[in-house]
Amino acid sequence: MRTKIEVRALKKSFESDKGPLPVVEDVSLTVRDGEFIALVGPSGCGKSTLMNMMAGFIQPDAGSIIIDGMLRTRPDSRGILISQQGSVFPWLTVRENLMFGLNGHALPDKRAIADHYADIVGLKGFEDSYAHELSGGMLKRTELARALVVKPEILFMDEPFSALDALMSLRMRNELLRILAKERHTTLLITHDVEEAIHLADRVVVLSPRPTRIQAVFDVPIQHPRRLSSREAQELRVTILSELGVAREELGS
Amino acid sequence: MARIKEMLPALALIAVLIAAWWGAVAATHSVIFPTPWDVVTGTLELLENGTLWRHIAASLLRVGAGFGLAVCVAVPLGLWMGWVAGAYRTLNPIFQILRPISPIAWIPIAILWFGVGDASPIYLIFISSVFPMVVQTTAGVHTIEKRYLRAAENFGVSRRTLFRQVVIPAVLPQVIVGMRIGLGVAWLVVVAAEMIALHSGLGYMIMDARNAGNRYDLVIAGMIIIGLIGLSLDSTMRILEGTRWARWRYAH
Repeated sequence: MRTKIEVRALKKSFESDKGPLPVVEDVSLTVRDGEFIALVGPSGCGKSTLMNMMAGFIQPDAGSIIIDGMLRTRPDSRGILISQQGSVFPWLTVRENLMFGLNGHALPDKRAIADHYADIVGLKGFEDSYAHELSGGMLKRTELARALVVKPEILFMDEPFSALDALMSLRMRNELLRILAKERHTTLLITHDVEEAIHLADRVVVLSPRPTRIQAVFDVPIQHPRRLSSREAQELRVTILSELGVAREELGS
Repeated sequence: MARIKEMLPALALIAVLIAAWWGAVAATHSVIFPTPWDVVTGTLELLENGTLWRHIAASLLRVGAGFGLAVCVAVPLGLWMGWVAGAYRTLNPIFQILRPISPIAWIPIAILWFGVGDASPIYLIFISSVFPMVVQTTAGVHTIEKRYLRAAENFGVSRRTLFRQVVIPAVLPQVIVGMRIGLGVAWLVVVAAEMIALHSGLGYMIMDARNAGNRYDLVIAGMIIIGLIGLSLDSTMRILEGTRWARWRYAH
């Protein structure tokens, strides 16, 4: 398959009181078109910084991000970032949020496209609602739909479901898989949940503590729909967790 | 019914205060301080000869003109200062010096520049209400959460869309707060301004009632009317806070 994203020797430090603090150190990664990559690592390891650089929001100190053979220097609608805190505009309705990124369409078309995606993520009937009238799960759906509307080639997802309860998080994962099966976006997902990574990703990239480096990469050779209770999935989970420094006896299995 | 029940303690307190006032005037046999009933009859007198409406209209028109002008200047200026760092750095220090100057201190200059007509109080109202609105609007822009601006940047929308769908609606609740403060100050200032050099308005009415024969019943009637109109102006602004443009900010 064609290469979509090529990350080459990426480095980033932030200024602190004690001088420069290296956050990302020499990360190189190749992502194929349509591939789903999960990035897992300890909290505060620089995962978000890495993703922000890939989405074009932060400039690296050294190294480069090449998307479709072109150097990425700033964010654009080909790669939409879905952040942990969420950024659904609270002053717009669900429909207005979904229409936000649509340029160059006539208004009736915009409405039709927005309503179509609202339907896809299961928000039918809530098109005229405001953020404060929605539950946490519905907010995430709105955010996801708003990204999908502009048909982004890449979805950058920074712990999108971590604020949801376990049941809603699982439901959102299944929704995401269902949507991705239809519209094959290249997807990068940051998560601290190894099960989530195994459930969703084609490859799981394990990152080291700060300054972050790629510590290990695991293929997930399991057919969808995946059963997390399967032997394969469980073994992979234990392997990834021990790579993250969780000892086997702590896993209780 | 529940609303009336909630207001009951406040109404009871007002009744007690009026009773105490009445009792105090009766006990001291004051010849100059009016009883509540004197105030009521005084108010009726003003209503009958039509002067009350004339004064109320004069005051409201001045506030409307000065405050309206201030909104037209403060909102664009506040947005500009909030958005452009250089504008903020240049203008903010001057505003911080001008803002604490009481509008009353401007009266001599207002008379010098604008004479003793309507322009002076309008200028004073403008001066007093423009600063709080500029400050609130600027703060509104500064407190737009980065995640929203980043989302807008991510979708690569035009500057027009960015302003119309992100910046303006995000700032609007703060603008409305600024307007509420500004209108409150404007109503305070108009009365003071009218006491100085004018021949109409509620401020003039109060001064005139005192000067033309110690009519303290009319003085107190004027004060109460000023209070009630101020309250209704504030309630109007509160209704704005409840509209869809501002409600998202308070609903959680």
